[in-house]
Amino acid sequence: MFLSRRCFLSAAALAGVFFLGGQALAAGEVNLYSARQEALIKPLLDRFSAATGIKVNLVSAKADALLQRLKSESRNSPADVLLTVDAGNLHAAQAAGVLQPVRSRVLEETIPATYRDPAGHWFGLSLRARPVMYVKGRVDPAELSTYEALAEPKWKGRICIRSSDNVYNQSLVGAMIATRGEAATETWVRGFVANFARKPQGGDRDQLKAAVAGQCDIAIANTYYLAQMLESGKADEKAVAEKIAVFWPNQAERGVHVNISGAGVTAAASNRDNAVRLLEFLAGAEAQQWYAETNQEYPVRDGIALSATLRGFGEFRADNVNMAKLGEFNAAAVRLMDRAGWR
Amino acid sequence: MTSAAVTPLPAIKALPRPDPWRSGVVLAALLLALPVIVVFSFVFVPAGEVWLHLKQTVLQEYITNSLVLLFGVGIGVLAIGIPAAWMVSLCEFPGRRWFEWGLLLPMAMPAYIIAYTYTGMLDFAGPVQTQLRDWFGWGYGDYWFPDIRSLPGAVLMLSLVLYPYVYLLSRAAFLEQSICVLEVSRTLGTGPWAGFARVALPLARPAIITGLSLALMETLADYGTVQYFGLATFTTGIFRTWFGLGDPAAAAQLSAVLMSFVFVLILLERWSRRRARFHHTSTRYSHLPRYQLRGWRRAGAIVGCSIPVLFGFLLPAVQLGAWALDTMDAWLKSDFFILVGNSLMLAALTAATAVALALLMAYGRRLRPSKPVGLAVRVASMGYAVPGTVIAVGVILPFAWLDNTLDAFMRAQFDVSTGLILSGTLAALVFAYCVRFLAVSLNTVEAGLGKIKPSMDDAARCLGLPPRRVLREVHMPIMRGSLLTALLLVFVDVLKELPATLILRPFNFNTLAVRTFELASDERLADSASAALAIVLAGIVPVILLSRTIGRSRPGAAEGS
Repeated sequence: MFLSRRCFLSAAALAGVFFLGGQALAAGEVNLYSARQEALIKPLLDRFSAATGIKVNLVSAKADALLQRLKSESRNSPADVLLTVDAGNLHAAQAAGVLQPVRSRVLEETIPATYRDPAGHWFGLSLRARPVMYVKGRVDPAELSTYEALAEPKWKGRICIRSSDNVYNQSLVGAMIATRGEAATETWVRGFVANFARKPQGGDRDQLKAAVAGQCDIAIANTYYLAQMLESGKADEKAVAEKIAVFWPNQAERGVHVNISGAGVTAAASNRDNAVRLLEFLAGAEAQQWYAETNQEYPVRDGIALSATLRGFGEFRADNVNMAKLGEFNAAAVRLMDRAGWR
Repeated sequence: MTSAAVTPLPAIKALPRPDPWRSGVVLAALLLALPVIVVFSFVFVPAGEVWLHLKQTVLQEYITNSLVLLFGVGIGVLAIGIPAAWMVSLCEFPGRRWFEWGLLLPMAMPAYIIAYTYTGMLDFAGPVQTQLRDWFGWGYGDYWFPDIRSLPGAVLMLSLVLYPYVYLLSRAAFLEQSICVLEVSRTLGTGPWAGFARVALPLARPAIITGLSLALMETLADYGTVQYFGLATFTTGIFRTWFGLGDPAAAAQLSAVLMSFVFVLILLERWSRRRARFHHTSTRYSHLPRYQLRGWRRAGAIVGCSIPVLFGFLLPAVQLGAWALDTMDAWLKSDFFILVGNSLMLAALTAATAVALALLMAYGRRLRPSKPVGLAVRVASMGYAVPGTVIAVGVILPFAWLDNTLDAFMRAQFDVSTGLILSGTLAALVFAYCVRFLAVSLNTVEAGLGKIKPSMDDAARCLGLPPRRVLREVHMPIMRGSLLTALLLVFVDVLKELPATLILRPFNFNTLAVRTFELASDERLADSASAALAIVLAGIVPVILLSRTIGRSRPGAAEGS
């Protein structure tokens, strides 16, 4: 219409770009939507490609956004596999009908039933425990027992934890709702929030740093953050982490709260067989070993040697609440935390 | 910015033939408004019960926090941006020419990165407080130290990186002002201060307001900073409601409330200006005689201009640089330079597209000032106040629908599957950027166009130029400074953009912002520093180049002034 030359050029550029996006998907390749960030999945995908000759294309983003994309693209979605780092989103994906059931002897034999969907919509690939952590010397571990006991007045002003916007906290409360019921959980959350040393802020590592600096005595965090700090080459991070000890709560009863990272084959998958092979690879010994060593997560299957750091945390009993419950009770957990003033 | 700047040429009403300008503008505006409209359409989905829950628990806090944040950042960006622009445009002091572009540097710094960096330095466990405790033997609770992760902290962080919008636009306005107005005011007895307060400032108002509204819309859309600081605002509330409570309708309604904030702001401003005009009636421009500052004023100017550069750029950049040096090995062997290339390519492509669209719309409105055209353009530019994720979802839904409908049709008719044509391509991503950043280019272009006298149009048309040639041969050369400003703003914004990039990008495609975010969100701040620093560096080169061009774009300015 006007600016004709410039218009033409930008149109040409856009068209070029457009094909750039469209080219990715050759036959036989597996397309992965991953909530696990590139740095923590790409090395494994490369090994998979090297072993099988199957190329894997990757988009990494937050799980809720990927799920939205998958839902909108529906049956034309290019994605073959959805990978998330929490059970809640796997459940949500299943509920939205974007995953398909998969039967695989390999997966069923290696992954314990608690950590996969009975019908095979999704499979857990690693465990992420969220225990109580305390500053050595300032807390006697004998004083600690359960998550529930952290609502007692003696912990007033001594607990650090991040915001309830975070899905790990939503799952923690969701798991408690699943076992204790909503009313009891709400009472607990109110008592727990009253014991916070400060307004929830920052990430999990920040809680550990605040505890060591003296702002609080107890922090709730996922174990791999502590392990990564211990393993990190940075002296200051390491110095902080060495002052922290892990306490496994609720060992006499339901066990410590764990979440899973996991994956499922999408309903739209055009490459179902190769997608299943990718899942089997991720549940295999080599990949599991890699997770345990590189990202300090607990393997989902038996027979994998833990890193020295993880062995140092000791053994634990994990809460065996069905992972699907975490997704089911997520909204209830968020509301409950809104009501109880956990920001 | 001035509404109805041009007297509409008497149209030939007898012939109702299609009007390419009007339909072009309305069509483009509708297309760009589509994602916002899609999100708004959720408003009609009933979500009563969730609202009751929000109202009883957190809504009050969202509103208060968001308003305080807006108010604080508004004051902050004005207090830094306007005096800085005035000093470097009309005063002379040592270092002025460095400050001209140095003051723009914080713009290259993403808000969430500066927030992470300052938190790393200043929070309780950080080096500053630890050092203080070591020196004085204090423990927790023995002393008072400002909490950076607080509402005032967020105001400070956002002001430090957003003031360049006000600075840039008001500087361009000061430079474009005819010196005659200032000289007349001086013959009438105004001193430098009064000349600033009573003449230059009111004349620059449209530009200042444009800069302010950009900064405020960016504030409303900010997620990274408030989320990290644990502040409950509308933005964090939208995410929590959408994904945590699983209720997109209520989340969209929250976004609607958020956007109505912006709408009220815009309306208030327009009402207060009413029929005032801001273009210059003189064509006489001469070299700007700068005020030579001496003594304490000179020192004051240097210190005043240094503070924002120091805290908004140098200090965080040095910290990032230190971290990046620590992790150099890792990033030198990775695909780092591919990321740089991807980021620059997207930013350049989007900047060109968004400015072309802005020109089309702004000039279309000037040619055909009518209510529907004005409204369409307004709605299309509201995307800036909407968090990127919400825009992204607004883009995904209609694109996927279109693709799937076409696919279903082709399958039914011809038994061929066309699959996804638009979804998951860079075209969708560039489109989303345009939706999000149109306001930036449009406001800047409109501000520039508003300063061109309508008589210019009339004269050019009388001499036989068709409208598009008036635009190309008369307006575009005159408003080169504004166009470049618009290009620069969009370019830098795209470099920093994260949420829409994350969710809309094609397979195996990453940018610097994505890499920064992935590492920072995994709490590996030091590892993310090199990518963050690269965003900043990639932003600096165009900032400097364009700043120089803007400086030279002043009508009548001598070369190199």
